[in-house]
Amino acid sequence: MANIGVYVELKEDKLKKSNKEAISLAKRSEKDVHVIIFTNNLDQHLDELKGIKNIIQIKDQDLTYQPDYYSDTIANIIKDYDLNDFIGICSAQCKDLFPRVAAKIDASLVNDCIEIDFKNNSITKPVFAGRLLAKYRVENEFKMYTIRPNIFPVQAFGSEGNPEIITKELNKKELKTKIIDIIKSDSKKIDLTEADAIVSGGRGMKEKENFKILEEIAQLLNAGVGASRAAVDAGFATSDMQVGQTGKVVNPKLYIACGISGAIQHFAGMKTSKVIVAINKDSEAPIFKKADYGIVGDLFKIVPLLKKELEKIYT
Amino acid sequence: MNIFVCIKQVPDTEATLSVKDGKTINENNIKWIISPYDEYAIEEALKVKEKIPESKVTLITLGPKRCESVLRSGLAMGAENAIHIETEEYIDNKTIARAIAYAIKQEGNYNLIFIGKQAIDDDAFLTHIYIAEYLGIPVATNVTLFKYESEKVFVEREIDGGEKEKIEMTTPCVIGAAKGLNTPRYPSLMGMMKAKKIPIKKLSLQDLEIEEIDNKIIIEKLFAPAEKPQGKIIEGEIENAVKELVRVLKDEVKVL
Repeated sequence: MANIGVYVELKEDKLKKSNKEAISLAKRSEKDVHVIIFTNNLDQHLDELKGIKNIIQIKDQDLTYQPDYYSDTIANIIKDYDLNDFIGICSAQCKDLFPRVAAKIDASLVNDCIEIDFKNNSITKPVFAGRLLAKYRVENEFKMYTIRPNIFPVQAFGSEGNPEIITKELNKKELKTKIIDIIKSDSKKIDLTEADAIVSGGRGMKEKENFKILEEIAQLLNAGVGASRAAVDAGFATSDMQVGQTGKVVNPKLYIACGISGAIQHFAGMKTSKVIVAINKDSEAPIFKKADYGIVGDLFKIVPLLKKELEKIYT
Repeated sequence: MNIFVCIKQVPDTEATLSVKDGKTINENNIKWIISPYDEYAIEEALKVKEKIPESKVTLITLGPKRCESVLRSGLAMGAENAIHIETEEYIDNKTIARAIAYAIKQEGNYNLIFIGKQAIDDDAFLTHIYIAEYLGIPVATNVTLFKYESEKVFVEREIDGGEKEKIEMTTPCVIGAAKGLNTPRYPSLMGMMKAKKIPIKKLSLQDLEIEEIDNKIIIEKLFAPAEKPQGKIIEGEIENAVKELVRVLKDEVKVL
């Protein structure tokens, strides 16, 4: 019997939001869903995993992410439990982890899937930075996928009674790629790839300090703050904020582009946003062709007005 | 030090792409470039060479005949050897990685392998990790800082939310280059002249013991995504326009 596995990614021992998208997708396959979670405190996650029949918990005194330990452990579990399909989120961690597993067990992996048809083993993913889509057929006994966040719908996991919990030890055979430290970001930043809303600034922001007005709006909306390549290259924003072909691919419900002209490379990184709003003083800026709603004018006048209007809703 | 850099030829980021036969892109009028992340890989390799003078930088690419151009560009930047694994057929990432890993092994000794964390055509984020796994050596991906000290490699890699992981590896190892690692140099005129005279070693998949192409991931269809309909400019005094915008976002499209 072929089963399906989901790798639940934790961030500081909290479930990442898109895990639910991955589990919901697995449920729709109508195969037996097995959830794999690396935690010593399973109890605190059981509520969120309600309706899952099989939970495989990995324990160790030190569960700090180490790609070699994690990939060896998952590779064994996939084989032991016949997890012929295996899903994770297309996050920085899974993009590091999943290919290692796929190489070890000779599985076929497709990253950044936006559509998966389990019956026909076909997968759709963006290529050329989203300018085209590719539909692939996968012919392998073991298939792995990472899914783009905010694409797959979340649904209730159903009620299958109490889960069967299997506890395993972390496989600490070999440590070749050794993570020795994590450098935290100075501010508590919202992860752009999972954000529901993003406020982005471009060259039109003129200087670094001006990003404050975007941050204020972002705080109201619980949004992330992004930037165009031009803004990053000009030193207004840090490279982890860059949205676009050589930056992050984001997919929020709302994307507000302020002072961004809308180069094709920027558009590649945010075009699948549900609603795109553009604020730019140049009515000819290409961003207006791609935005759902636009206001032509001085962003330094418009953004404060927008903040005022949003405060009426959010406070 | 024996340094290898794996590079891929891709269409220019501004190229207008259209689909031919439903499965491949139309190659007419396409300007081909080195995938930008692979340029960071070349630059970092050349920086190591400058520090450790007896080092040798070898470029490897895989693909049809036209891919020779990226090897020439990389040689012009300062690499001294180039290997072209020539194939006209589509092969999946695993087979590509196997071929490259085998080609590197065939060359004898290898200490560092630099490669972009993804190519900007298929955006697979796979090949560099597969190469490392097939060679049985460590790999770090999305690397924004690289340091080499007495057979140890220290890197930083960007993860989600603006955080970074600090990683230690021993050589040989694979480094998946990302933006921020460095600023790639432009080829010098002299470099370009010199590059023209360097012979490129040609290999076939058969030379690398890949007798039969056994793709497990097969392209079925390549197509353009549905275009968004033209958006709406909210006209009028900006005070009113902003009010109207917020109303639409809240009541019509319900994203607030």
